[in-house]
Amino acid sequence: MKPPADSPMSSVAALIEGLAGEGYIASRRIATALYMAVNLQKPILVEGSAGVGKTELALCTASLLGLPLIRMQCYEGLDESKALYEWKYGKQLLYTQILKDRMGAQLADAVDMDAAMERLHGMGDLFFSEPFLEPRPLMKALQEDAGCVLLIDEIDKSDEAFEAFLLEVLSAYQVSIPELGVLKAKTPPIVFLTSNNVRDLGDALKRRCLHLHIPLPDSALEQRIVASRVPGIEATLTQQLVSFVQSLRTLDLRKSPSISETVDWARALILLNADSLETEVVRDSLNVLLKFEQDIQAVDPQIAELIRKPLA
Amino acid sequence: MQVALEDFFRALRASDVKISPAEAIDAHRCVAAVGFADRELFKDALCATLAKTRDEVDRFDATFETFFDRKAFNFAPPEPGEPEEMPPEVAESELARMLLNGDGTALAQAMEAAAERAQVGQIRLSTQRSRLTRKLLEEMGLSEIERIIAAAKKLEEARGPALAERLEAGRKSLIEEAQRFVERQHELYASESGKNLREDLLARKALNAEGGIDPQDLEMMQALVKRMAKRLADRYSRRRSVAWTGHLDVRRTLRKSMGYGGMPFDIVFKTKKVEKPSIVAICDVSKSVAAAAQFLLTFLYSLNEVVDRMEAFAFSGRMISVNAVLDEHKVETAILEVLKRIGFQQTDYGKSLEDFCEQHLDQIDRHTTVIFLGDARSNYADPRLDLLATIQKRSRALIWLNPEQESYWGQGDSVMNRYERFCHVAKPCNSLAQLERIIEDVLRTYIPH
Repeated sequence: MKPPADSPMSSVAALIEGLAGEGYIASRRIATALYMAVNLQKPILVEGSAGVGKTELALCTASLLGLPLIRMQCYEGLDESKALYEWKYGKQLLYTQILKDRMGAQLADAVDMDAAMERLHGMGDLFFSEPFLEPRPLMKALQEDAGCVLLIDEIDKSDEAFEAFLLEVLSAYQVSIPELGVLKAKTPPIVFLTSNNVRDLGDALKRRCLHLHIPLPDSALEQRIVASRVPGIEATLTQQLVSFVQSLRTLDLRKSPSISETVDWARALILLNADSLETEVVRDSLNVLLKFEQDIQAVDPQIAELIRKPLA
Repeated sequence: MQVALEDFFRALRASDVKISPAEAIDAHRCVAAVGFADRELFKDALCATLAKTRDEVDRFDATFETFFDRKAFNFAPPEPGEPEEMPPEVAESELARMLLNGDGTALAQAMEAAAERAQVGQIRLSTQRSRLTRKLLEEMGLSEIERIIAAAKKLEEARGPALAERLEAGRKSLIEEAQRFVERQHELYASESGKNLREDLLARKALNAEGGIDPQDLEMMQALVKRMAKRLADRYSRRRSVAWTGHLDVRRTLRKSMGYGGMPFDIVFKTKKVEKPSIVAICDVSKSVAAAAQFLLTFLYSLNEVVDRMEAFAFSGRMISVNAVLDEHKVETAILEVLKRIGFQQTDYGKSLEDFCEQHLDQIDRHTTVIFLGDARSNYADPRLDLLATIQKRSRALIWLNPEQESYWGQGDSVMNRYERFCHVAKPCNSLAQLERIIEDVLRTYIPH
């Protein structure tokens, strides 16, 4: 099933262009992985350090394809009743109440016990049925008939048991509900899983996914990203601040600034009306870029040098 | 193409990229979707389906470049001039013709085909290289060339020796190409198995062996230790409590219902608490265990990175807390720093235990597992058994790992046999593999009865 030629999914180049239109500057590798994921109908596991645009990729894909985005944040202790479905207990209770009231009238004219049982079996059993089902994100994603983008964020934060439970959803795009049977998606969703590598994921899960590692970008790519995310920024300032950030990454820091920090910093500099990098401005706004006091202290004396160095 | 892809999978597996049959099928589907025309696209698509971690991506890239490196051979093109009339032997031999025409692409193809027949891809050891090169050349028909050269040399005409010379040059570069080809195959299929073998040996090598660990193995060792620690931590440092869904805790539900006039309004389910390991590790870095100390420290370092609640101490003459050092420095400098501060002095177990009990005894409670790493050679000083007994009483478990064989315990100045009484577990531990197994047991089971 090839997509039509004018859709953004027709080729990798078209996909890069489409994502750029949404404000996401994708490298070739990213676009290829996404292209394969859609073509092979496989989930895509995105890894990379915090702030390189893992979640953003899913958001932009959803808006590019015009599909709804369903997001599920993973955390320790997440289980099926929060991820997949839950019965509406309150309504079920009300239902049994109604049932009790009606039951007498319905069975009053039965001649004996056997006939009453017969009639009871003949009545539809709604207690465990879809109207009483409260869908949670995973099931919602499977119920979207036109397809959707499902983002399972930070899968590494969830438990092993939950990971195992995801396998059925991810490989067959279906879920088994003991009381109802198997629910299968009409259109498989495009699934993104993101991971920060807090723990190693199981092989079974990895096997079912395409793998994409987003590295920190090189200077040229990062400049394009900043230019696209912060409209109205001067080209020289972009170039200066990106090379400053790039040289920060070569230092031995606790947390190197990633793309989102660069973008935040660019916005901060615009707010501060800075036309070019000055030692004073950088020093004042360094806390946007670096998130550890030790890092800030380590960088502080080198600021002037770091600003000068890339220009030389 | 299927054959080529299967070979590629084999090369990837050889360089430790795990590929299951299902992933292989995915790869074929993905190739069907993207085609071969665009090399970059082909590579990225395969990479997304096959490589599943960052390391694997790096290894995939390297293997891909080596495997699909099909440069045409560089042969001198024939000299322009009068169309030569070839001797009949040359006309018959395809290889000779290709050599004389300098047809690199055709030669490369011929070599692929010959390699298939000579089974060069089955190479396992570096010692097989020269034999396989020879076999590859024979499959290509080198002996025929040699015969033609010999025949051409005997020819009376002037162009005989010239022809021989050109064939000779062609033969030389062909041999070089064949060597390079086999070398590449070796790199693809065999180099990693050699590395795995070495890692395996290293894991079992005695830490206190004469001369310690080879400096060139050091890096590999550190990587090994890191992996081990991460594996252990992955398994044990996560869940704090597992919900026992479905099992009602009647007692606590009734207790909670008191507030609501006996109506069971808040329902409490049973949960199972999983205790996270809390570890106090005390490492001997004195002269007698110098060789092992480095690795025990490396292990401490890695464990410190991955286990939340761990206190690390090092001692030889006195004892100091090394938590701060391990937190602040990189692994190489951290170990040097510890050794610089406290290492290689005369051991004094009694004094060190005194230091510990005076300053850090409050670190130990009934959840703590204390791990001692040391040879218990105290230079005939008072071993202060009473202090060890205190530690044992306070802690959940006291574990002693001794780099010396059990038969040496208690000989000379070793007081291991006396310390042993106070340990819940005392084991000899002199290789990384043993260390991992014991620590794993510690994290899982060693609860004193």
